Order: sequence, then C-alpha cells, then structure tokens
Amino acid sequence: MMMLGLGSVGLVLLSLAVQSGHGAQDSAVWSREETTERNYYTRYHNMSEITAWMEQMKRENPDVVSSMVYGQTYERRNITLLKIGLRSTERKKAIWMDCGIHAREWITPAFCQFFVKEILRTYKTDTKVNEMMKNLDFYITPVLNVDGYIYSWHNESTRLWRKSRSPGTGGCTCYGTDLNRNFYANWGMVGVSTDCCNLFYCGTKALSESEAWAVTDMLGKMREDILAFLTIHSYGQQLLVPYGHPNTTAPNHDELMEVGLGAAMAIKAVHGMDYTVGTSPDILYPFSGSSQDFARLIGIPLSFTFELRDKGEHGFELPEDQIQPTCEEAYAGAQHIITYTHDKAFYSYAATVTATLWTTLLAAWVSSAILL
Amino acid sequence: MVWAGHTRRRGRPHQILVWSMGWTLLILLVVLTVVHGNPTVMVRTGSGPTVGFDQHPNSVPLGEDIQTTTEGESEVVEEVMTTGVLNPSHYPARRAATVVQHYLNTRYGSPYRWIFLSTVHSGSAEEVAEMGRKYQLALTMQEMISNVSGQCSAELFFPGGEGQSAPQVQASCEGLHQSNTTAQEEAFYQQHRTSNNLASGNNIPDSYGHVEPSMKPFWHLGGVASSFIMLRESNESTLYNMAQVANFTQLETEKDQLRFNYHVLLHEMISQEIIHWKLLVTWSPEQGVQVLQTELQPKCHHCEAPPNTTN
Repeated sequence: MMMLGLGSVGLVLLSLAVQSGHGAQDSAVWSREETTERNYYTRYHNMSEITAWMEQMKRENPDVVSSMVYGQTYERRNITLLKIGLRSTERKKAIWMDCGIHAREWITPAFCQFFVKEILRTYKTDTKVNEMMKNLDFYITPVLNVDGYIYSWHNESTRLWRKSRSPGTGGCTCYGTDLNRNFYANWGMVGVSTDCCNLFYCGTKALSESEAWAVTDMLGKMREDILAFLTIHSYGQQLLVPYGHPNTTAPNHDELMEVGLGAAMAIKAVHGMDYTVGTSPDILYPFSGSSQDFARLIGIPLSFTFELRDKGEHGFELPEDQIQPTCEEAYAGAQHIITYTHDKAFYSYAATVTATLWTTLLAAWVSSAILL
Repeated sequence: MVWAGHTRRRGRPHQILVWSMGWTLLILLVVLTVVHGNPTVMVRTGSGPTVGFDQHPNSVPLGEDIQTTTEGESEVVEEVMTTGVLNPSHYPARRAATVVQHYLNTRYGSPYRWIFLSTVHSGSAEEVAEMGRKYQLALTMQEMISNVSGQCSAELFFPGGEGQSAPQVQASCEGLHQSNTTAQEEAFYQQHRTSNNLASGNNIPDSYGHVEPSMKPFWHLGGVASSFIMLRESNESTLYNMAQVANFTQLETEKDQLRFNYHVLLHEMISQEIIHWKLLVTWSPEQGVQVLQTELQPKCHHCEAPPNTTN
C-alpha cells in the first residue's frame, strides 16, 4: 500500500520534471515580429510614460498585475512597484527587482519594462513561467530614483546625473546622495565620500534618503519571503555578487558565484556578450552601503547587481537599437537566477522524496532476499 | 534476473507484485535522479547562436593572488593583487588593459579607426624597486568600425612616487590594422579640407545614444583625441572612457591639417565623475591625430537646475 502511494508520488514528480524541461525550451524562442518591428520596448521612456505604462499593465492584466506605492522621493513623488503573479490565498515567495536607482542608467528602466512585458507575454503559454507565476510574486520597481531620472530627462546638460535630488546640508551647496551608498550595510565605511558634491556622497546618515528607506522598509517586511534580490545598473557588463564591502565573504559565496557564472553563460548564449562575474572589490571597486549588501545581510540568499551594456563605447548613452538585444540577454541571465532560486525552493522536496524512495526500494530488495 | 530466479520458490502472486512494484520504482527513481540531479540542468539552451564552451571563460581559479616575488635577491610575499599573476577578470588587469587601449588609439586611431578592449587573456604585475609597477598583458583588442579583432601583447609602466606622471606603454598587435581605411580617410580629408563649410556638432551621442551618420567620423575623432588625455591621466586607480562629445567646431585648415576645437566629457569609472576637457585637435591621413592643447574645465556646479523641476 505504501509502495503504491510512493510510486504515484514518483509518477507525479516525473511528469512535473518533463513539463519543466519543455518549458525551458519554449521560453527561449523570441517571436520574429518583435525582434524586427520598432515597438514600445525599443525606445527610452520618460517618467510620465512609464507611469502611464504601469497603469496600462494593470488594466490589461488585472488578474495578475497590481501596483503598490511604497514610498516617496525627496521631491514627494510616488515610488511605485508592480506586483506580478497568479493570485493565491496563501502567502507566496517573492522575487525583488529594481531599476533606475542611478538616474543616468536609462537602459535599466527599459529592462524592467521589458522583463514585465516578457513574463506577461509568456506566462499563459510557457509552462515554466506559468509555474513560477503561480509559486512566486514578482515585485518590480521600474524606476526607484524617480527624482533623479526626471532630472536626467530635463536637458542635455543633466543627462549624466547619478544621485538623488535632495539638497546638500551644512553649507554644502551641491545636490544629491548616491542612493547605492545610503543603505544600512556597513554604511559610510568604504568607497564613499562625506562631500555632498561627490558622486559617492553617502548622505548625512544611513537611510537619510527616503528612496533608500522605502526599499529597506519593504525588504524588512518581506524578508522571509524574498528568494532573490536583483538590482539593475549600467554600464560595464558585469554580474556583482555580495559583498561590495571588502574582506567580507557571503556565507553562500560559492553558490552565488556558481549561479552568477551560470547566468553569464545564459547571457552569452543570446548574443555572444561577455559579462564578468565576481564581487565588486574583485572586479570593480570596493564600496559599502549598497542595496545588494543590505539584502544579503538581512538574509536574502541570492542578491545580484547587474551591470548591463556596454563596456564604454557609448556608456550611459546606449543607443536605442541596442535596447532589445541588451534586454534579451539580461532577461536570460535574470531567468537563470530566478529559475534556480525557484527550483531550489520548490523542488528541494523532490530530493527528499527521491532519497526516501531509494531507501524504500533497498528495504524491499533486502526484505525480498530475507523472505526467501 | 536474480529476482526472477527467486520468484519460483515462493507464493507467486505476492512475489510478482513486489517484484513489479520494485522495478517500477527503480525506473522512476532513475529518471527522477537524472532529471533533478542538478539545478543547472534547468539552464535554457537553444536560444540564439550556440556557443561552444565547456567552462565559462571567467572561471579562473582563485588562489593565485598571494604571490612570492623574487626580484633580485629579496623575496617578498604580498597579498596585494597587483603583484604576480593577475586574474584576467579582476580590476587590476582590466584597468591596465584599458590604458593599453588608450595608447593604441593615440598611435593608430583616426576618424575611421577606433579601438576598444575586447578581452584580457592573461597578465602579470611586478614592483620595480620604489619606482613604480610594471604590467605585462595579453589582450584582444577590437576595432569598432570594421569589427576586426587583433591579438596584442603589451607592457606598461605606472610610475610611482609623487606627482602625476603618465604611464609608459609599449604594445604590439597582430591583425588590428587590417581594416583598410585609406579610401574613407582620404575622402573625408578632401571633403573637409577646404574652408567653405566648416563642420560643427554637439551632443554626440545624444541622450538616446543616437549619432547622426554624418557625425560619426567626428565622434570617432573625438574619442581618439580623448585617448591622449585619458592615457596621460591614467593610473592604477582610474578607468576612463569618453562619455560624449559635448560639442566640436572645425577651424581653418592649417599646414594641411584639419583642425578642431573639441569639448569632451570623460567618464572616470572609479570615481564615477564626469570630467570636462577642451582640446585643440589636428588630423590628416599622413600625420594622424595630434592634440595640441588641452584644458581641464571646472566642474559644472552652476548647471544645477532649480529644485522645482516638474515633468
């Protein structure tokens, strides 16, 4: 009787495995039409357009998309995320993604928009994406540094703005704090400046910036549920693993590197681009107070910083004809990480069941031998 | 087979049931283990061009960082990464390789030839007795207009001590100059040589990354001219790229050289600063690019827009 039950569990698991294998193939195919025609997702969009787009995503997909205002910028603008997933009565695990923390990195909000578009386009037909939408909620912030992003659209001379738009204090007349130095993660220690005119100005204290506070607040509330934290930047073609603070190693460093290298392989398979993987002190420069470090410190196991295209030819001003290929490869990289973390959370019981079944089989064989 | 042998001796129906259930379980388990053996099995394949590789090119084993240098008679064990064999994906090799890129552009760059670092294959660094540090690198460089790649070996010396002294670079490349730019350069030179219609432009690339086709040679020229400054200003703590040509104006041709005033924005990655420079640039197919004057521009604090920017 027990063996019958275990056998049927095995059959169920087998069919799930076959399905997920097919899903991996389906989601890799890009439709011809979308890669050739000039559409919305091959252009950069200002903040009002992105806000309108978020409303449109909710309107067109009311059963899977909702939005949440989770904070305010210095200039009192809403910080909004899209929550995407199949509705469930139970509490779900989550994936966090934010874009546009540095204003001039325009390719990053474009990527968040592309990512949303892509999972909404494929979740009904792609079994793997469907499964992940069922088991997970995606929390995606297309533009975190709303004030900075709007400022970078103001005119050509503001295009290369990086920081927030809070004013300096104590007689320092420049604007802006580097939001990615303002988090409560070894704040103010390395790779920062106390000069408010500096591009790495870390603020008057940790979480002095309302934008950093908003993320911290959300992550704090959700931290038991978040499986992976992805923060998107440009440029440089790198995948950074924690910690940005030097001489500190994440407890799962080997896992982070393995998953990161796998993601880089997935990226390269799309358009041949090389992305370097490593900790920031190794491959870029050391720094503390980052959102990635904070996420890892509060226990989110997989925390990655993406640095998208290119390697310096255009830098922050990536041409619009590179938006699509950049997003396609970054999507492959993100999906590798998300699939890994999803399967680890939801398929780990398969390993337990498999072990149980082997033990049972062994016991049955031994008992058969004894009974003879 | 062993099982079939055993079934003959006992009550058959019971044994057959156990036997068949066992085999079913065995088959299921084998399939399950194969499919679920490793999360990386889930990696999607078949999307885009297939790239044959067994190991990711960046997965250089660590543990080469702590080196014993045997310069002369003294043996020094250092934990600093910039001595000994370098990890090609770590920053010391990358920063040094970018300096080689700037050097190559000062030597070979033109409105139709602009060289960029593609890959660092290997490198090493050593202290030179209180004078500075010497690097040796094996690189692939790519010419971005023709897409031709070339293998390069380079030696750099970063002078230590006080005062800003430019790095010294020697490099030899194979295959990089194969792109025949003579015809294009000559046509461009003749077109702009006479002073009828002096060229000018601004914001190249623009905010959307766009460069008008007619502006592309001037963009490349700005990048090559910037390389003179970037080379001069580089050290082991910098990583320079040209972010944008803010504007350029062509001046009267003098001594058969095209002449331009350029205002360029350089992005220095390690400080993330945008640094403004004005340059006086000359070029001809024979003489190549020369930078006659450079002037650092003050950081544009007064460019801050008033706080009430609405959009």
